[in-house]
Parts: sequence; C-alpha cells; structure tokens
Amino acid sequence: MTAYIIRRLLYALPILIGVNALTFVLFFVVNSPDDMARMHLGGKRVTDQAILAWKEDHGYDKPLLINQSREGSAQLTDTILFEKSLRLFVFDFGQSDNGRDISHDISQRMWPSLAIAVPTLLVGLAVNITFALLLAFFRASYLDFWGVVICVGMMSISSLFYIIGGQFLVGKLLNLVPISGYDTGVHAWKFMVLPVIVGVIGGIGSGTRWYRTLFLEEIQRDYVRSARAKGLSEHLVLFRHVLRNALIPILTGVVVVLPMLFIGSLLTESFFGIPGLGSYTIEAISNQDFAIVRAMVFLGAVLYIIGLLLTDISYTIADPRVRLD
Amino acid sequence: MSFQPVILWTDALVYLLLLLIAVTIWHTRRHEHLLQPWRRVSASRTGQAALVVLLFYVIIGLLDTLHFNPRVDPGAPGDAVYSTEVLSVFDVIAGPLRTERETTYSAPFATHLFSKKTVYRPDGSAVREYPRLRYGGSHLDEHGNGKLADIVAKGALGALQGALVWLVLLLVLCLMQPARLLRLLSGRTPTPWHVGAWTALVVVAVFAALWELSEHYHILGTGKVGEDVFFQALKSIRTGLIIGTLTTLVMLPAALLLGIMAGYFRGWVDDVIQYLYTTLNSIPGVLLIAAAILMMQIYMSNHAEQFSSLTERADLRLLFLCLILGVTSWTSLCRLLRGEALKLRELDYVVAARAFGVADFRILLRHVLPNVMHIVLITIVLDFSGLVLAEAVLSYINIGVDPATNSWGNMINGARLELAREPVVWWSLIAAFGFMFTLVLAANLFSDVVRDAFDPRLRQQR
Amino acid sequence: MSLIEKAMSHDTGSAEPLLSVQGLSTHLGSASRPVRAVDEVSFEIHRGETFVLLGESGCGKSMIALSIMRLLPPSGRLVAGNVLLEGQSLCALSEAEMRAERGGRVGMIFQEPMTSLNPVMSVGQQVAEAVRLHDPDHHGRVNDRVVELFRSVGIPDPERRAGEYPHQLSGGMKQRVMIAMALAGRPEVLIADEPTTALDVTIQAQVLDVLRNLQRETGMAILLITHDLGVVAEMADRVGVMYAGQLVEVNKVKDFFSHPMHPYSRKLFQSMPTAEKRDRGLDVIPGIVPALDQPFECCRFAERCELAQDACREAQPPWHGELRQGYRCVLGPEQDRDIDAAGLVALDATRAAGAELLLVNDLKVHFPIHKGVLRRVVGHVRAVDGVDLRIPAGLTVALVGESGCGKTTVGKAILQLIRPTAGQVLFDGNDLRRTRGAALRRLRREFQIIFQDPASAMNPRMLVEDIVAEGLVAQGLGGSRSDRRAIVEQLLEQVGIRSNAADRYPHEFSGGQRQRIAIARALALKPRLIICDEPTSALDVSVQAQVLNLLKELQSDLGLAYLFITHNIAVVAYLADEVAVMYLGRIVEYGVVDEVLGSPLHPYTVALLSAVPVADPAHQREVIKLQGDMPSPIDPPSGCYFHPRCPRAMSVCRSHYPPMVELESGQRVACWLEVPEERHPSDVQATSD
Repeated sequence: MTAYIIRRLLYALPILIGVNALTFVLFFVVNSPDDMARMHLGGKRVTDQAILAWKEDHGYDKPLLINQSREGSAQLTDTILFEKSLRLFVFDFGQSDNGRDISHDISQRMWPSLAIAVPTLLVGLAVNITFALLLAFFRASYLDFWGVVICVGMMSISSLFYIIGGQFLVGKLLNLVPISGYDTGVHAWKFMVLPVIVGVIGGIGSGTRWYRTLFLEEIQRDYVRSARAKGLSEHLVLFRHVLRNALIPILTGVVVVLPMLFIGSLLTESFFGIPGLGSYTIEAISNQDFAIVRAMVFLGAVLYIIGLLLTDISYTIADPRVRLD
Repeated sequence: MSFQPVILWTDALVYLLLLLIAVTIWHTRRHEHLLQPWRRVSASRTGQAALVVLLFYVIIGLLDTLHFNPRVDPGAPGDAVYSTEVLSVFDVIAGPLRTERETTYSAPFATHLFSKKTVYRPDGSAVREYPRLRYGGSHLDEHGNGKLADIVAKGALGALQGALVWLVLLLVLCLMQPARLLRLLSGRTPTPWHVGAWTALVVVAVFAALWELSEHYHILGTGKVGEDVFFQALKSIRTGLIIGTLTTLVMLPAALLLGIMAGYFRGWVDDVIQYLYTTLNSIPGVLLIAAAILMMQIYMSNHAEQFSSLTERADLRLLFLCLILGVTSWTSLCRLLRGEALKLRELDYVVAARAFGVADFRILLRHVLPNVMHIVLITIVLDFSGLVLAEAVLSYINIGVDPATNSWGNMINGARLELAREPVVWWSLIAAFGFMFTLVLAANLFSDVVRDAFDPRLRQQR
Repeated sequence: MSLIEKAMSHDTGSAEPLLSVQGLSTHLGSASRPVRAVDEVSFEIHRGETFVLLGESGCGKSMIALSIMRLLPPSGRLVAGNVLLEGQSLCALSEAEMRAERGGRVGMIFQEPMTSLNPVMSVGQQVAEAVRLHDPDHHGRVNDRVVELFRSVGIPDPERRAGEYPHQLSGGMKQRVMIAMALAGRPEVLIADEPTTALDVTIQAQVLDVLRNLQRETGMAILLITHDLGVVAEMADRVGVMYAGQLVEVNKVKDFFSHPMHPYSRKLFQSMPTAEKRDRGLDVIPGIVPALDQPFECCRFAERCELAQDACREAQPPWHGELRQGYRCVLGPEQDRDIDAAGLVALDATRAAGAELLLVNDLKVHFPIHKGVLRRVVGHVRAVDGVDLRIPAGLTVALVGESGCGKTTVGKAILQLIRPTAGQVLFDGNDLRRTRGAALRRLRREFQIIFQDPASAMNPRMLVEDIVAEGLVAQGLGGSRSDRRAIVEQLLEQVGIRSNAADRYPHEFSGGQRQRIAIARALALKPRLIICDEPTSALDVSVQAQVLNLLKELQSDLGLAYLFITHNIAVVAYLADEVAVMYLGRIVEYGVVDEVLGSPLHPYTVALLSAVPVADPAHQREVIKLQGDMPSPIDPPSGCYFHPRCPRAMSVCRSHYPPMVELESGQRVACWLEVPEERHPSDVQATSD
C-alpha cells in the first residue's frame, strides 16, 4: 500500500511536468510577453517603453529558457521558465498581474468555496441516493417511469436557469434571503442557503438517474438472487446488499471530486458573489490575469491527481476485493 | 449572379459531416446487422418524436449554414460587386424578421416600447410616454385595439397553413397514395411511424403559426438594441448544433485511433497514450478552455489584419472553441475505447486472427474498430446535449463564442443583467432557455433510445 | 384423465409427497409471443429422496426451480399449475409468507458460486443473515451456529473462514458456503441448480459428497438439476428428463439407465462418448431444439426423432404410466425402440503414427509479478513450468487437467500466441520460438486453433464467408475473390454446413453450427496440426457428438494431428490416441490412452479418474478424495507439486521434484513411487510415512 502510494506520487511528477509544459507553451510561446503587455495596456498605440515597463513590473522581461547575460546557475534560474513556471512545483505561485500575492489569496478564498461546495455535495448525495433508491424500489412502475422522465427533463435544463431562476424566485419575488454576497461567522448561513439549494436541485436530474442505473445494474446480479433465496425481504435486499455494492462506484466517484471542492463552483460563486476560488478564477479570466490562471491550472492538476489517488485508496476501503500493490 | 457563395470554415466541416453521415447511411443500408439497432430506434415512440424535433432544428441550422455574399446592386451592369456582408439562406427567408428593428426593448406581442421615452409632439411639447413600435403590431390602430383577436386569427391561419404543408409532404412521402397515408396515420404499420408523423404535425403547425405571427409582431419581444428575439433564438440554433456536432467530429479521429491502439498494443504505446490523456484530463476543463481562448483572443487582437471580415473572425473563434472543447472531451471516449479494446484483444476471434498471421493493423481495422463503433455512436449522441449546455455556460464566462455570434449563451449573458430592472425584462432569457431546453431534451431522449438500442449489455437485460 | 388430475388423485404412494409440482407452466417475455419455458410439468418428491431433472441447456429446468421458489426474472411469470409443499400451495402464499419458506423449508443453491455471493460481505455474515431469519432458537449465538453449519459442509477452519470474503475462497469453498446458507433454515427440500457445473471434477466429487452426507443426516429431499448423466447416476433416486420445456420421462434411476423409455433419453445415452465407441462415429440427434415461442400441437421431439410416425406430428403424445414413473411418447412400453446403428460411419481405427510433427521440449511460460515502488519483478506466475510433448502426424494427443493447470497456456504458447519464456517448440524441425515476423506468419498456415466458446470465436460483424476466408486472405492464398468463395463453399460443405451460409452472420447459427464454421475456418489453410482448446465444453451432449464425429472424420480423411485440450475424460477416452495429464504447469503422466486411463500410475491421475462420475448407477467406485484445492502457480510447493494433496506422499516428495520415468509399456510418469528406491536422492530418508 505505502509502496503503491509512493509510486503513484512519483507518477504524478511527469504529469505535472506535462501540465506545466503545456501552460508554458500556451502562455509564453504562442503569445510573447510583448503581446500580453500590449493587450493589457490597451490596443495598438502603446509605446515600447510602456511595454518594457509593464514587463519589468511583472517580471516578464527575462528570456524564456536561458539567460545568456547571467553567470552560472543563474543562467537557468533567472528566466521566465524558472521564475514563472518551475516555481509552481514548490507551490510558489508568485504575484498576480495586479500585484497581489496569489498564495495568500488562495489560502483566504478557499474557505468560502468549501463552505458552499461541501454542503452542496453532501446534501446532493443524500437527496440523489434517496430518490434513486425510491425509483429502484418501485422499478418498472409508473412512479419509476415518471421519475426518470422528470430526471431527463431536469437534466435538459441549463444550470444557468437554475441559478437565475433561484435568485429570481427566492431572492427577488419571495425576498427570503439575499440574492448574493457573503459573510463570515454565524450569518454566513443566510448567504449559503440559496447557492446550496440551487446546486442540489441542479444536480438532481443527472445524479438520480445515474445512481438509479447503478442500483438496477446491481439488482440483476446473482448474489441478489441468492439473498432473495434465503428469504430476505425486498427492502433488506435493497439496503443491505444492493446499496452496499452500488455505493462503491458512487463513493469512489465522489472521492475523486473531493479535492476539487477547494476550487469550488465557478458559476455558483460568481453569480452569488461568494468570494471563493471559483469567482477568483472567473475574475482572473475576465481581467485576463494570466498569473492567476496559471496558478489555478497547476493547483487544479495537483488536486486532480490527489483525487485519483484518494479514489484508489477509497476502493481498498470500500471493496474488499481490491488490494493495491 | 446576384450572389457569391461563401464557405466558412465551420460550413466546410458541416458539409464534411453531412458527407460522412451519407456514407454511413449508405454503408449501413447494405449490412443487416448494422441496420438492426436502427430498427430498434425507429420502433421507439420516444425516439421518433425526439428525432422529429431534432430534425426540425437541423433543417433550420442547415439553412443557416448556406452562406453567401449578396451583390451590392443586383440590377447594375458591368462587373458584379459583392458586399462583404455574409448572409445565409435562412436570413433571406426570414427577411423582415432580420431587418425590422425597433429602438430598444419591447415585450412579446407588444405594440409599444418597454421604456418611456421623451417624444416631441408635433406642437413642439415634449412628453414622456411609451412610444409606438415601428414594426410590431404596426397594422393595428394607434392603441393596438383588437390585438388578441388578431393574434388568434393570424395564429390559426398560420397553423392551418402549416398543417397543409405537412399533409402535402406526407402525401409525397407516401408516394401519393392516400390509403397508405391513412394507414400510417392510424398507426397500423409495424413501426410506429404515426408517432413521428403526428409530432411533425405539431412541430410544423406551431412553427408556422409563430412564423405567421412573427411577420406582424415581435412574438418574443425585442432586445436591447431592438433586434427581434425570436429571430435571434432561431439564429442561435446553428451555433448550438455546430458546437454539439463539430466538437465530436474534430476529436473523434484522435480518440478512436489512440484509444484502440492503447488497448490493443498495450506496452509502451499504452503508457504514452495514457500519459497523454491523464495529463490533459488533470487540467480543469474550464481553465484549459479559458487559457486557450484567452490566448486566441490576444492573437486575434494583435493580428486583426489576417481576418477579412467580422463574420469570418467570429466563425474562426467558433471553430476554435469546438477544437478546444474537443481537446478537453476526447479523453473520456479514449479511455472507454481503450478499455473495450483491452477486452477485445483477448477475445477468441482476435486471437484466431493472430493465429492466421493477420497483420496488427488489419486486425485493428477488421476486428477491433467495427466492434467499438457502437460505443462511439453512443458517446457522440450522449455528448451532444452536454456540449450545447456547455456553450451557454462558457459564453457567460466570456470564453465562449464571439460576442457577435448569435448564441443562446450570448442571449442569456446579455439579458441576465436586465433582470434587475423593474419590471423585469424576461423574454430574452426565457426564449434562449426554451429553445435550448427543447433541443437538449430531444437530444437526451434520443440518446437514451440510441443507447438502449446499441448497447449489447442493456439488450441482454430485457 | 389429465396429468394434473392424476397428480391430484395420486395416492398410490406410501406417503404424501413432500413437494408436488402440478401442471406448472412458466412463460417468459411478451404476453403476445411468450417463450413457453416450462410447459405443464408435473412431478413429486418424497422425503429423503433425490429427484434429478436432466436436460440440455434451454430446456427449462432452471425455470422450474425458480418457479418453485417464486424467484422468476422480471420477464417471467407463472401462468398455470401449482406447487404444493406438504400439501400447502406455495403459489397461494402472500409474498411475505413465501419469504418465510425461501431459505426456510425450501433452500436453493445456484450454478455459479463465483457470482452468487455478495462480494463485499464476509461469508460468515451472509450465512448469519440466513440463520437470523430462519432460526429463532439461535438468538444470541448466531456465530456458533454459522461455524457449526460451516463444519457440517466440510469447510476447514470454519472460525477463520467465516470472516473471509468470497473472493478469498475457491469455487468449491464458495459452493459449500452456499450450501451452508441454504441449510441455515433446516430445509426440507434443497433445490440445487447445476451446483457443480462450474467446478472441476475433483471438487465436484467433494461437493456431491457433502450433499449426499447432509441428506443422510437430515433426511431432506433434494431436487437436483443437471445436464450430466454421470451426476444423475451418482446422485439420483429418480430422474426426470426435460426436453423443450416439457418433462418427457420420469423414471427410477436404475430403470432409466437400463431401459430408457423416451427416444430422446435413448439418444442421449447413445451420443455420449466412451472408450467402447472409439471405432465408430457417435450417434447424433439431428437438427436443433425447436423454438419455444410457439404453441406445440404435436410431439416437440418429432422433428429430430428417427422413430417418429405420422401420429407424432398430429397430436401431443400421451403420457404412459404413472406420475412417478412414466414417459410421454406415442410408442407403447413394449414397442421396439432399437434404431439401426448401421447408419453410423465406421471409422478406420488403425491409424499409424506418422512422422513426428511437433516436439515440445521443456516449455515454460512465466508471467512476471511486479511489486514495490520500482515495479521490480518479485516473482513469477509459473503458468507452464517445463512441459514436454510429442505429437506425431495424424494422431490425437489429449492434454488433460483441471482449470488453472496451464493447459490452455500450453496451446497458446505452442502457437506463439503467447511467447514462451523458455524451451523449444519444434514444428517439423523449425524452432517456432526463434521464428519471428514474416517467417512465423508464413509458418502459421501449418497449425491452427479451435476455441471453446463458439460465441466469441467469430467476429459478429463479419459474414461467414469473410470469417472462413480470413486465413486465406492473410496468407495471400486462394487467388481471386470468386476462387476464394469456391474454396469457402467447399469447406463449409466439408463440415456439413449448407454453402449458402456464407452470406450470413454467425449469430444466425446455433452453437454447434458455429463450432463447425470455426472448424472450417481452421481447415482453410490446410493445416497439419490443429490445437483444439476445449472445443466441446460449451456444447450439449448431442451437439458435442456431432462435433466429435466431424473431428474424427476430418482426421481420417486429411491426416490431421490434434492437440486436444480438455478436462472431459470421456471425450479423451473416445477421441485421443495418447494422453498427457497436467498438474500445476507440469505434465505428471503421459502415455497411450488405454494405459493411462486403464491403469493410471500417478496418484493425481488415479484421483482425477476416480472423481469422474460414471453414467452407470450400478458402477461401484471409490472416489479418492483429494484434500483442498490446487495450489497457486505463483508459489508452487517444494518438491513434487502434488505432494500436499497426495494420499501417498513420502518424505522425498517434499524436497525433490520427481524425474519423468519411462516404463516398459511406454507410459511415462513423474512420481517417486515409480522410481526405484536406490535412485532416490541420497540426502532424504526414503521412508514412506
């Protein structure tokens, strides 16, 4: 097990290198820092001095790969590749293009993200599993049929509709909770309720349908027949045998997104004005702050790899058949 | 000639897609085992209804794909001078819908503008009032009296015309034999064609009624600069369809080739391909798209001289969006195909082929590829609706299609700020959501039917 | 008097039957065109009795069991008839009352022990669940009861086993757990649906033994479902023969084996391969089982019956005799049923061994196991661990062994479909292991392979013509397309498939027909050696006979050599000239078929042969019970691989692998018992213990 984890972590290295290489090419080779500076300073009529100054300010005035003007190891370290790309490996995200410390921002903004994302995940999971169990229990009945129809209908609605509709209905018409904003401490719940409800409702369609399929798949297995043959009632078969087996793919599917919860949901956060990492990313994209985008790409990749590792480990816990080595 | 055909990049790819579909149909018709799942699809009532709705969207999308430059002065002698404006056949059909613009917002079926404006009376006094619309309901009197009756009458007339067109079309399809038509409509055919036929009636009649009404009213209101929302929503169909289909088309070759190669050859080939898609997969999709689109924006703004027209530029951006969406979405299909190829390579018939000394490439082509095609098809259909929905979200973050392109995402994005107004400007939103919902619902229902028909595992269960 | 009335009025027996099935009909699928899986079946079982339902796949025997348990799949429904347990109708019970009977008075075990247990629950928990449901007395000491049940089905070390998960147990152990689970409610009837079909013969012998002992102890009745005449002879008191959803014969087991009454039953016996039938073809049942989605107005066997008369095709045949012993046929009990056997092909039994075609020396196939951070190789799965074989042209060499012994790997390694780790594979003097690329590809036309499962042996998306011609195309033979077509048609004719089959797809053919097409495909390149990897294991007895006949005919016509890989001893006795017995990657005994099967020397061969059920209830045999299961090929035991299970193991066996000894008869054995004591290694005391 330990050997397995170590090996997986070692495997992660080439993947992160690949991610970094890709972002490096995208951000510094496809478009030169000059292009970026020109765009930031606004269009064509920008003096070369202004561009130089901007580049100097943001540390983009160095050569890309090798700095011929320096001596020794500085030839390699005093470059854009090293300063802007390789430093990410030690989670040194540097400064954003408007001069803020990215690491600090991230450590500040991940909490609101978690405050929204974790309840959404948990409540959503509970709701979806409950509905799916209900449909599976009444499989091949009218309840099941219409349940699936409603699920497909809900899946077909854009997530934007849920958000805008929720804001409009609950916030504006009923005036129950504020439409957007965030607060720390005990008053945070007022701002959390709506995003969480909207997030859960938006996920019901696809979640319930997917879990129902998993349950129905399990129900057809031979061991379910054995359980019935020993005289177990249908709901015991469902809860004790089917649920436990179907939970393996459900839980491992959840585990893989757990680390991603730090990043939060881009849409929800920006619509509801939650100062989390999701809205941070959106702001960076619309402000074209590439330092932040680069940092978030790297962070996302790291979290994804952690998610994969956690998935493997959770398999060994949930499924006695799986051993890692 | 009074026009000069224009083939944009996405147009060319749509034609390529049509060609591929035609070849597939031709190939399928000659192989009974390939036809069989399609028979199961056509035997499904849901499938038929969904397909008719999809077809309706596709027809509009295709009409909107035939692009051309109109001649500036059609009658004038001498060398023809063509406008740089790119129009589509659909634009021509829509005619006044495209050109008749109001000044700003107006509600559906309204006769007056949505906001008060200062109007100068002939006597020179200025009054703040809701001005009369220039085109919407202009055939009515000053105060718009009798609007409801007019709407009902015009709607009924349109529906009737639509029903007639439907009847004639069906008759032609039934080779002009009314008896066949009757049998079909009463559902006495082995395949439930009547479901499709009746759905078509509903679709055609409703659309014809709306179309008739839209000539006299802005049935879904007008937007910020007075453009007709109904027209906007219809124009957005092409964008949605393009993103839903071309994305899959551009990613398919890579996913197919790499997926089955990884599964079949194993070893270092597998390692390299797995590394490739794990790396791509580990970058959050939105961020990768954002990064790529931002980079492209910079490129485009710094090299504006390379694009001859705004339409061309918007089109390239659309294509690029499809490409980058393809890059982020090929990995899941690739992984699926790799798993299937891993299974297939152990199957006896593949082993038998190796025992005959059949070359690897030939085995891939003859044994592996045909037996994974059902997965490819299921994925294409399943992905479609997700991509249509994704377009709206991406446009909202400003990393979607060009702001100049008509798309549901842009409509939502533009209208969402107006929700704060009092009273609310809701029609753009509802129109975009409604059109999108219908398309995605039809696609979802259809993909369910296709999956049931093509997945051998699901088939065994019944 | 209809059969149902007969069943109702049946009071001639000594006591009331325990379980009585009356006119049971079960339909599957749509109501408009149902599949009549079970059609008016009636039988009864008494206390302490074993009633065996015998039939080929798809005859509806499993559906009867599921109908009794009311566990039919969603598409199935009971349309007529009744099931009485001690006079009480199971069909009339509410679902809740029926649950009390399931696992209570009626227990059931299934065919696939591998998938029949919940993979994420320990086996002890799963049995405890049944104990809690049906055994209120054991409140508070459920675990003791579980251990007791485990002990009663012969699970060694029950306390530890109870905490293990299904994947940690072997197939035989899992089936014992299933039996323990069924026994938890002290059932009066145990329904066993092909309980040993998925198991090896030595394990099958153990499980059948457990069932027999339990029956003796508890006096429960057993409804056993099987397709194996050997199991019938071994277990049954009475037997019911199913054909196409109908019970066609019910008989006492002795009478059934001496005088089967229904023509179908007789045909089943005649199509069984045995050593006595070596010199001729097997009797086959022509045609295929009729589709069950039609109502039958006539005898459903008539189409395939050589004794069929006009009457058979006009009406349902009557039931002769009693419910407990009778049959359904127009023929009276005294009418002659002997069929002229002259129609059978007499085969030329004198086959001279030709020149040596294939020589395998010390073949090894090891799969590396990687472990640790750096994926270092820490061991090997020794799938094949030093195999020597010699196949002369024109003869059949059988490779016999239980699942997991590596016999299939040997076949694939000879064909270089898996590259061997070491050793020599000399085909006609060419070392295949050293041949690569184009040279190997060219050589491939000389040797071909036939697989076990005809369903997966052919690409479902290719026409039969393309399938058969695939080798020709790959080797650049056969000339133009029309020439190839002619070759394909001729090949299909050769294997007894109409040549218009070329334009159809494999799924349009039955299992037996597909296996013939696979044979035609293998013949296309005119090979000299065909490796047959269990080609008949997936087929029913009557279809197996057709394929075996074909293989035999082809051999005498074309002079083919076969390497016949199988676990079926009866097929070996019928078909093979020489036989090699494999155990854990090595050959333990090798020789002419009569000698190896007639006077086996290696203790494993002796035990294996003794475990095979013989289709003759009069046959008395002593099963040599082997302890435990085959060890893992990752870590084979020291010394002789067989010694931990060997009843005659000596101390030398624990430390040294025995050399292959050739006896005067030509039989070769790898066992210390056959090695003179003076040649035993000096460092071991050669004392038997």
